[in-house]
Parts: sequence; structure tokens; C-alpha cells
Amino acid sequence: MNSIATLLAITCMLLLGSSRLLVSIRMVAFQGILLGLLPLFVTDHIGVAAVLLMLTNIGLKSILLPWLLTKALFESGTRREIEPFIGFGASILAGVLLLAVSGYIVNRLQTTAQISSPFTLIAGFFMFFSGLFLLITRRKALTQTLGFLVLENGVFTTGLSLGSEFSVFVELGILLDVFVGIFLMGIMLFHIDREFDHIDADRFNELSDLAVDVGDSEEASE
Amino acid sequence: MNTAYALIILPVITGIISLFISSERLRRNLLVVVAFVHLFMSIMLCTGAAGELNGSWIGLDHLGRLFLMIVSLLFAGSAIYSMEYLDKHPHFDGPAIAGLRMPGNSNAVFVACMQLFLAAMSLSVMSTHLGLQWIGIEATTLASTPLIYYHRNKRSLEAAWKYMILCSVGIALALMGVFFLAMAASSHVQQFTPVGLALFSGYLKIEWLKVAFIFFLVGYGTKMGLAPMHTWLPDAHSEAPSPVSAMLSGALLNCAFLGLLRIYQVCAAVPGVASFASELLIIFGLISLAISGVFILRQPDYKRMLAYSSVEHMGILALGVGLGGSAIAAALLHAVGHSLVKSSLFLLSGNILAVYASKKIEDIKGLLKTMPVSGALWLAGFFAITGTPPFTTFTSEFAIVRVALQSHSWTIAILYLLFLLLVFIGMLTAFMHMSLGKKGEVEVDGSAGESFWQVLPPVVFLTAALFLGLYLPDFMRSAINGAAVLLGGKPL
Repeated sequence: MNSIATLLAITCMLLLGSSRLLVSIRMVAFQGILLGLLPLFVTDHIGVAAVLLMLTNIGLKSILLPWLLTKALFESGTRREIEPFIGFGASILAGVLLLAVSGYIVNRLQTTAQISSPFTLIAGFFMFFSGLFLLITRRKALTQTLGFLVLENGVFTTGLSLGSEFSVFVELGILLDVFVGIFLMGIMLFHIDREFDHIDADRFNELSDLAVDVGDSEEASE
Repeated sequence: MNTAYALIILPVITGIISLFISSERLRRNLLVVVAFVHLFMSIMLCTGAAGELNGSWIGLDHLGRLFLMIVSLLFAGSAIYSMEYLDKHPHFDGPAIAGLRMPGNSNAVFVACMQLFLAAMSLSVMSTHLGLQWIGIEATTLASTPLIYYHRNKRSLEAAWKYMILCSVGIALALMGVFFLAMAASSHVQQFTPVGLALFSGYLKIEWLKVAFIFFLVGYGTKMGLAPMHTWLPDAHSEAPSPVSAMLSGALLNCAFLGLLRIYQVCAAVPGVASFASELLIIFGLISLAISGVFILRQPDYKRMLAYSSVEHMGILALGVGLGGSAIAAALLHAVGHSLVKSSLFLLSGNILAVYASKKIEDIKGLLKTMPVSGALWLAGFFAITGTPPFTTFTSEFAIVRVALQSHSWTIAILYLLFLLLVFIGMLTAFMHMSLGKKGEVEVDGSAGESFWQVLPPVVFLTAALFLGLYLPDFMRSAINGAAVLLGGKPL
């Protein structure tokens, strides 16, 4: 169990440091497999429902979504994340800091309640934070999608290690929502590529209240 | 209780069916039929005896009833309105992308997503299990994103992307809150529902509950459009087609608000946490009022102005709940009033947009002359949205300031009135410029935006808002008071 938590943390570190988008997608796919295996170690009893949930999780997060995102990547013709707002070296440094913060938080939490698996909880928080970090500091819409997926994985891991189990229906519903969400984002990537000729989310500037008068570029939607 | 399940399942089934209907007319009629069947069933459900929520995950208490009626009523209005809107803004669903075959029918995706949107909102309103409610609220984001991207241009794509990313991240935070709440509830708590949690409030761990509330507030607050997490809202609401804007502003924001109310319901039962939660709500409410006041003041785009006005009203709702006492009931009444008025205004803005083909305030002059009916309604809507008597919004806004004064919260009362004044001035200049004056140099044919079905929903909604301001019927009063008592407030 602790080894899985460590592996999850390592994938996050690699994600923060990698500029190649294809590597990032593979890393997130690997994270999906780890995440699918995690329930086997955390819970004592494993029923049919848990196995079903695990298979769905792996199937969606490590096969279907990476496939879609890879396709979007090849379609757009971009390979690398260029010039993030915070450089890759600095990102890894920030990652170490985030990991330390996660450890600190879990340490504090342990004083108020008994936590069954503190290591996975640390990994969960770390994934949550690095997902947010990716969302904020990267330019490509694709990386932002990946960031969101990592963030969701983090929430999932946190929930799992806090031992807050809902019934299978609720768990499945949550999984389905997340899946459809990222699927929609994937579809939108194609549209963004076609409309804007790039997938740089930071160059979205059609709508703003703070910009000076955009003037003629503003077309009334028909 | 079977009707409750039908309210969710029916739109899902018909929504999927409408993807495969080839006749455009049949598909649109289906949308309207579903809307009215939904409305009829909701009324049946809400007038019936209060169902006991015995461990059921789907059920209606007073809060749920109030919000279900809002959702169902507004959807019926939007569905009628969409009939002609789709004629005037025809749109082809586009070619297959990425090997995924999209239906080639025009508007099929729009009609299908509208119905899925209705199902998701019904689920989020009626679910008593907090995890299930989260699923419902996230599903509303998913169903409404394609609706925002209806016009298929850069602006709507950017708006849809922002909406999707920001709301999804926000709602992921709320899911974190759900997990923390589960942690706060010890093994004594049998049911993970607001009622179940409030019943065992003595066993809840206070620190974890506080953390959970913060996550819920930031998460659902994003979806609700509370500043400073509101940045997606003006884009999404202004770029979406008008019947969708009306739903987003009038119904969806309330669904997110209800998500916040559910956690507040738990917090209100725990003495140490109640005041903590109230203070946070007041702070976020005032920030929302301030930001919307500033941005409305110099807003060149009338749909964006309406969107910022939604931020303002969500701020009022948060502030009202935070103040407590009878202000909670006033906030709930305000939610009803705001929904009716704001959806009318958004529908009317669609009429104006169809005639003038511009969203800029400066391009529009002499509405009262070019479009007599829509222009008059537009002006009436202005008075209603700014809380001028005798509209119901005045009653509720006044009740909130009265509670603030009674509890000697002078600063809150003064800031609240100041920001309302700012908004009033900003909207006054814009609405007067648009409504009054001569027709303008550009010759426009106003009849394009004045067809019966496009004017009927705003007329009905605004009349209802006026009527509720003059006389609050007993069943409304008891519904609002019942809901307020659930939240630890006093009757109005």
C-alpha cells in the first residue's frame, strides 16, 4: 500500500517536470492503474461490487481517456508544453514543497482523528495540489485537462484513505460524472484546435471585462 | 415517491430518444411536452402530503419543493421560448469529430442536452443523500456545457471551456468537502443526509465539519457564482443562447445555492459551527455585491450586465442566509423572485438580440418604440430586478436589511445598501439608454422579436413577481417558512 502511495507521488513529480505531452498522458494513464489497484489494499473485504468498480476505474481512466487525449494531441500537432508560467525545474521544486505541505497537513489531521492509512492520504493531497498547480501554471488546454484528471484522482485517493465509503451506486455515479467531464473536455480540445488553430488556453482573450476596448474583433454572435 | 423518480428518469429517456428523431418539428414538440409533463408532475408532488424521508435517497422536504418548483416552472418557460428561438437561430450540429459520429440533425444535441439538463437539476434538487446531490450538480455542468457552445464560434467555445474547467474544479473541491463531512460524522450517524446528520449533531467532530463547510462553500460557491470565484459566470451566461441563459441564471444557480444550504442545514444544528458558517456567508455575500456593483457600473454589454446582476443577487442570498433569523426566509423568497425576474430579462434580451443583432448597450435605442411589448417588459424587468416596490424582490431585499438593522450590524447594512445603490445606478443608465429615445439611425424591424410565444413566458413570470410582491399566498408563505425553519431560521 505504501509502495503504491509512493508510486503515485512519483508520477506526480514526473508530470510536473515533463515537457513532453505524450509522456504526461502516459503518466496519467499509469496513475489510473495504480488508482484502480488501491482499493484492494485499503479495504479488508473485497466484494463483487468493489472488483467491478476497480475494473471500471482502470478501463476509463487508463485506457479510454488516454486514448482520446492522445488522439487530440496528434490532431493538434503539438508535442511539447512550451514555456509554462513556471519552469519545469521550478515546478519540481514546487512539487517537493507541495509534498511537504501535504505531509504537514496530514500530520496535523492525525491529532484530531485516527487515520487508517496516512501515506495514501499524503499522496492524495499531493495529487490534489499538483493537479491544481498544473491547471494554474500550464498554457496548453490539454495539460489543463490532465491537471484536472490528476486533481480528481487526488480527491478519489483522499476519499479512499479517509475511509469514507458510500454505496457502490454513489461511487459509480461519481466515477461516471468525472469520466463524462473529461470526455467532454477532450471533445472540446478538437473544437479549440479547429477554431483557434492552437490549444493554448492562456491565449483565450475573446471575453474579458478587464481588457481595454477590444473593438472590432468583437463580433456579435449571430 | 415514484413520481419523484419519474421526474428524473423521464427527461433522460426522452432526451436520448430526441437524439434519434429525424423530424425537427416532432423533436421540438417533444421538448415542450416533456417540460409540461414535468411541471404537472412537480405540482402534483408538491401539493401532495409531505413525504416522509425514511432512509430514501430521493425525496422532497420544504426546501426541495421550493427549488423543484422554480426549476420546473422556468424550464417550461424556456422550452416554449426555444420553439421560435431555434427557428431564428438555426444551427447544424456539425460533422463527425474524432471518429465520434454526431447526429447530423440540426438542434438535436441542443434539445437532448436541454432535457438531460432538466434531469440533472431535478436530481440535484431532490436528492437527500449528499453524495448523490454532488453527482446531480456535477451532471448539470456536463449537460449545460454543450448548450453554452450552441453558437459554435470562438467566443462561445472560450466561454464553454472556462465554464467547464472552473466549475469542474470547483465541484471537485465540493467532493473533497463531502469526504471531510463523512469524516466528521462518526459511526453513530446512520444516514448521510442533512437531516440524518443534524439529528446526530452532538456526535459530529467540529473541526472536520468546519473544514468541510469551507470546501463546500468554495466548491458550490464557484458554481453559484459567488465572487471571487464568479469569473466564468459573465462569459457563460452572456454567450449561451437566451433560453439557456435564462435556465443557467434562474434555475442552475439556485441548484448550487441549495447545495450550500444543505451543508448549512447541518452546520446550523451544531452551535459552535453555526456562527462560523454564517460569518463566512456574509463575507462572501458582501464581496459578491461589491464586485458586481463595480462591474455593472461601466458594462458595455447588456447580457453581461444581466450576468453580473446574477452575481449580485447570489450575494444577496448568501448574505441573507448568513444574517440568520427571518432573513433566511427572506433570502428564500428572494431566490424565487430573482429566478422569475432574471429569466424573463434573459428571454427578453434574446428578443432584443434577434432584432438588433448586437449585445452592446450603445447600439440599442428606442426599444419602447421599436418593440413596444418587449420594451415595456424590459423596463418592468429593470424595476423588478433592482428591487423597486411593489415587486416581490423589494419585499425580500427590504426584509434582509431590516434584519441587519435589528441585529445592529450597521456596517453590513450600510455596505449592502451602498452596493445596491451602485447596481441601481449602473442598471438605470443602461436600461434608460436602451428603452427611451428615438428609434436610432439604423432602421430595424421590431416585429421579429415580438412573436406571441417569445413574449408569453416573460409576461407570465413578471406578472407572478408583481403578484407575489402584492400578496404572498398562504401556500407560498408556509413553504418558505417551513424551509427557513429547516435551516434554523425564523418564519417571515
